[in-house]
Parts: sequence; structure tokens; C-alpha cells
Amino acid sequence: MHRFANPARFLRLARPLTPWLLVPGLVIAGAALAWGLFVAPADRLQGDSVRIVYIHVPAAWLGMAGWMAIAAASLAEIVWRHPLASVAARAAAVPGAFYTALCLLSGSLWGRPAWGSWWVWDGRLTSMLVLLFLYLGYLALADAAAREGGGASRVAAIFGLVGAVNIPIIHYSVLWWNSLHQPPSIGLGHSAMAPQFLVPLLAATLGFTLIFAALVLMRMRLLLADAQSEARLRRKAFGGSVPA
Amino acid sequence: MTEVLDPWPFVWAAYALGAGGTLALVGWCWQAMLRAERRRDRLREK
Repeated sequence: MHRFANPARFLRLARPLTPWLLVPGLVIAGAALAWGLFVAPADRLQGDSVRIVYIHVPAAWLGMAGWMAIAAASLAEIVWRHPLASVAARAAAVPGAFYTALCLLSGSLWGRPAWGSWWVWDGRLTSMLVLLFLYLGYLALADAAAREGGGASRVAAIFGLVGAVNIPIIHYSVLWWNSLHQPPSIGLGHSAMAPQFLVPLLAATLGFTLIFAALVLMRMRLLLADAQSEARLRRKAFGGSVPA
Repeated sequence: MTEVLDPWPFVWAAYALGAGGTLALVGWCWQAMLRAERRRDRLREK
């Protein structure tokens, strides 16, 4: 892990990796969405509204995976003081917040025809909304920490770690509490879904995950470039103001 | 009486948000990254 502590070494890897993740991600996600929209059958009970699953489930997975990435990077920052860890955590926050919001919106669009309601205050929906607020809080805190410098980023890292307590709550909410939301259909090594629904769903999840990884790399490159520009400007300003 | 809604407007709205939002986010991140890297490279050359 510390091999990539050097930003120059990280950038040598990130530059070619960005399009290698982005292009296959866009192709696979695009094909999976077309498959889900035009080829996959309608569900016996839910009819055509089941097609929203190909957007909703990848978005829910990435919303939670984004926070797990923030928590892992925060741990690396606090324990090992890895110099790129806070950059990685900040980079995962924007796409994570986007996919959490997409999960809530697509779930709402699914809920209206399926349940007759845009929103219900049950455990799954509420804990997912809490995750969106955690993302917004983290973004504000991490941006402020980046401006402050020094040890301020540790506050954001602690927030990232503590917020991870919400992830198992989201996952188990449908088992712990009575909910309109269905329990998990897919687990490790088993699936309650027929292959004609499962295959495009897994393809969409893979495609969006590759896009998410490319987005994180793009945001990391942006944050590193900004930090390098700021450091150079500061050195120039300091050099110019110091009397000979 | 149970209200039966046509699901297709909801399906199209979800796909428009998912696909359109992802493309917009990719475009925004790509542009912002290129702009920041060009700025850094210009500062290096000065």
C-alpha cells in the first residue's frame, strides 16, 4: 500500500487506468441498461416497473460501497498516516453521494407504482436517507479540513469511520424491522432471482462499479493537481515576499 | 379501489436520472480533472 504513497508513482498508474476503467464501464453499463429496458422480461407481479431494478440496485450498492471506501481510507489515514488516504476518501465522497441520491430517487420512482407511495419512513429508506446526509456532512467537513490543513483532516477521517456504523444498519434494516422494502434477493452464493433478471442486474452492477472506480481516480487526480498547484503558488508567493 | 398506474413514465424517469446523471457526472469530473492538470502543468512551466 505504501508503494503508492508517492503521488508521482500513483499518477503514473492512475493516468492509464482511468480510461481503462471508464470506457468498459460505460459500454457494459450502457449494454446492461438497454438489456434491462428492451430485452429482459417484465415481472409476473411488478410488471414493467421491475426494470428500475437495473438502476436502483447498482446505485444502492455504490452508495454503500462509497462510504465503505471512505471508512477504509479514513482508517489508513488515522493508523498508517498514508498521504493519499485523505485524497482517496474525499474523491469517493462525491460519486458516493450521487449514487445514494440516485438510489433514493429511483426507489421513490419504483415505490409509487409498486407500493402506491413515493416515500415511507421505514428502516431501509430512512437509513439510506441518513447515509445521504452523512455524505453531505462529510463533504462539508473534508472541504473545510483541506482548506485548514494540519490535523483538521483527522476530524473528517474520524467522521468517516464513525459514519460506517450506518452501513450494517442499512443492510440489516429489512430483516430487523417490518418494512415494505423486500429482503435481500441476492447473497453470497445464492440468488432468489431468475437468470433473465439476474444476469443484466449483475452486468449493470459491474458496469456502474467500473464507472465509479474511474470517477474516484478522476477526482483523486483533480485533488492532487489542485494541491500541487496551490503548493507551487504558495512557494512562489513566499519566495517573492521574502526580502533579499 | 386499487389505483393502477402505467409504470413506463416511472421507468423512463429512473433511466433518465441514472444514465443522464452518470454521464453528466463523468463529463463534469473529466473536465474538472483536465482543467486542474493543465493549470498545474502551466504553473510548472513558468
